[in-house]
Amino acid sequence: MSPTEKRNLILAFESSCDETSVAVIEDGHRILSNIVATQIKSHQRFGGVVPEVASRHHIEEVTLCIKDALSEAQVGYDDLDAVAVTYGPGLVGALLIGVTAAKTVAFAHHLPLIPVNHMAGHIYAARYVEPIEFPAMALLVSGGHTELVYMPAENQFEIIGETRDDAAGEAYDKVGRVMGVNYPAGKTVDEWAHQGHDTFHFPRAMETDDNFDFSFSGLKSAFINTTHHADQIGETLDKHDLAASFQQAVVDVLAEKTLRALKDYPVHQLILAGGVAANLGLRERLDHDLEQVPGTRLVKAPLKLCGDNAAMIGAFAEVAYRHHVFADATLNADPSLEFDWVENPVK
Amino acid sequence: MKILAIDTSNRPLSVAVLDDTTVLAAITVTVHQKHAEYLLPEIERLLGMADLQPTDLDRVVVAAGPGSYTGIRIAVTTAKTLAATLGIDLVAVSSLATLAANVPVEGALVAPMFDARNQNVFAGLYRIQAGRPQPVIADAHTNVTAFLQAVQEYAEPIWFLGDAEHFDELIHTTVSAATPRVSPWLNLPQVATIGLLGRDLAPVKDVDRFVPNYLRLTQAEAEWRAKNPGEDNTSYVEKV
Ligand SMILES: [Zn+2]
Repeated sequence: MSPTEKRNLILAFESSCDETSVAVIEDGHRILSNIVATQIKSHQRFGGVVPEVASRHHIEEVTLCIKDALSEAQVGYDDLDAVAVTYGPGLVGALLIGVTAAKTVAFAHHLPLIPVNHMAGHIYAARYVEPIEFPAMALLVSGGHTELVYMPAENQFEIIGETRDDAAGEAYDKVGRVMGVNYPAGKTVDEWAHQGHDTFHFPRAMETDDNFDFSFSGLKSAFINTTHHADQIGETLDKHDLAASFQQAVVDVLAEKTLRALKDYPVHQLILAGGVAANLGLRERLDHDLEQVPGTRLVKAPLKLCGDNAAMIGAFAEVAYRHHVFADATLNADPSLEFDWVENPVK
Repeated sequence: MKILAIDTSNRPLSVAVLDDTTVLAAITVTVHQKHAEYLLPEIERLLGMADLQPTDLDRVVVAAGPGSYTGIRIAVTTAKTLAATLGIDLVAVSSLATLAANVPVEGALVAPMFDARNQNVFAGLYRIQAGRPQPVIADAHTNVTAFLQAVQEYAEPIWFLGDAEHFDELIHTTVSAATPRVSPWLNLPQVATIGLLGRDLAPVKDVDRFVPNYLRLTQAEAEWRAKNPGEDNTSYVEKV
């Protein structure tokens, strides 16, 4: 049988934060199963993810997720071509469970092991919408990351800009907390924003700077100062307007920097990915703005695959498989793994 | 019956493979604490030396805690994944009992201890009966002085193992009965021993739900439970 006739099947693992997920992916772009066990309810008790608790939950879930993923996909170990796993970035104790389980499965069944960068996974979730065309750019926005990644070709990633302080998702959780919204706050703030108006005109950071970096700490402080001042004088602010003003500022900064980057790095596709990519305000804004960029199509990661999941890990793993990127049994978690910075910056 | 035994509860890494009561190969390493990197390669090496494939295994015996959180997580995740993916038995043994099993003296009282910092220990008291450590005082996370006072009640010679040397002075002032001098070798887990014991122990019923025996809540959970007494805290993870 020629290699093109045989389907490639990868058992993918993801455990970098508070979801335990195992998926079976065919040829990098068909999801046969994608089991996600989320711990959000547990961490809501503490107002945010507690790493030690996250790690404990992953151990409770991981083998069940393997079983469910295989049975839902109706495949056995003999059908698999490889095992893939997120090895960073993320919480070290959480990553370790997925890495250990994946290594063990690969060892037990003599399967190759593919180490996957979690952020590459987020970007390649776009494969479930349409094939990625290079060169491409990704705007990655999540609870831990906000970065612009240039991809000159398959399996190549170069950071051209990133947040200097808070990630966008982090800022959402913080202002959410100020407004009494439980973690994770992104969805509620997004909903409120759609019911209000930008009346507070919070600062937009670094819009005039000559780089593609982001900053959200000034915005966050302005938000907190505004609500704090209102509390002191006994004034009640409209939460919908607060949310709308905050979201407008975030979206302005993200969109502005991204459009500027696209001028210097012309690409076929702009991929929007990461947990905050589920934000409707951001999706609508980029839909609108990208109409002014001829030759570049916006590819938004599917809503269901914006959060952490193993399907996205399998999507990239198939590329790594073809490029012979394999790890041995010493593979360890790398909590601060990141892409390299662009080698020859345009500016 | 081919048995693989694993312990990475603390600094030492110990793995062994047995064929029924015959130890085929055993490795105990203390020069590093990089269990995440080295546990699986050591298992690979061990099976290679014994000329076995993973699929030849019938049973995995694991020291499931207490101990270092990361250490017991790596051992338990490896053991339960191996058992689940190969469809074989998983047997869990206390990491303290694993040390106690080093003492081959019938009737002896053995007190294995792991230093848990701030004058706290993970410790238990065992009596060797019919060649096996049987619990006398259950494994606990406890203040070291309280533990020593409890074992002192037995007024018998006690074998102190593990990190007991960290508390040498306290042991000699608290415990009046003679404490046998212990070879440093006995302070290290030799999992071939629990591999032998694990051959006859009942396997874990639900491998998928098996978790390490931490013997201590996380600080966040302890505080949350104190504030929310009576809350059910069993089902916080949802499949979506
Ligand atoms: Zn993520």
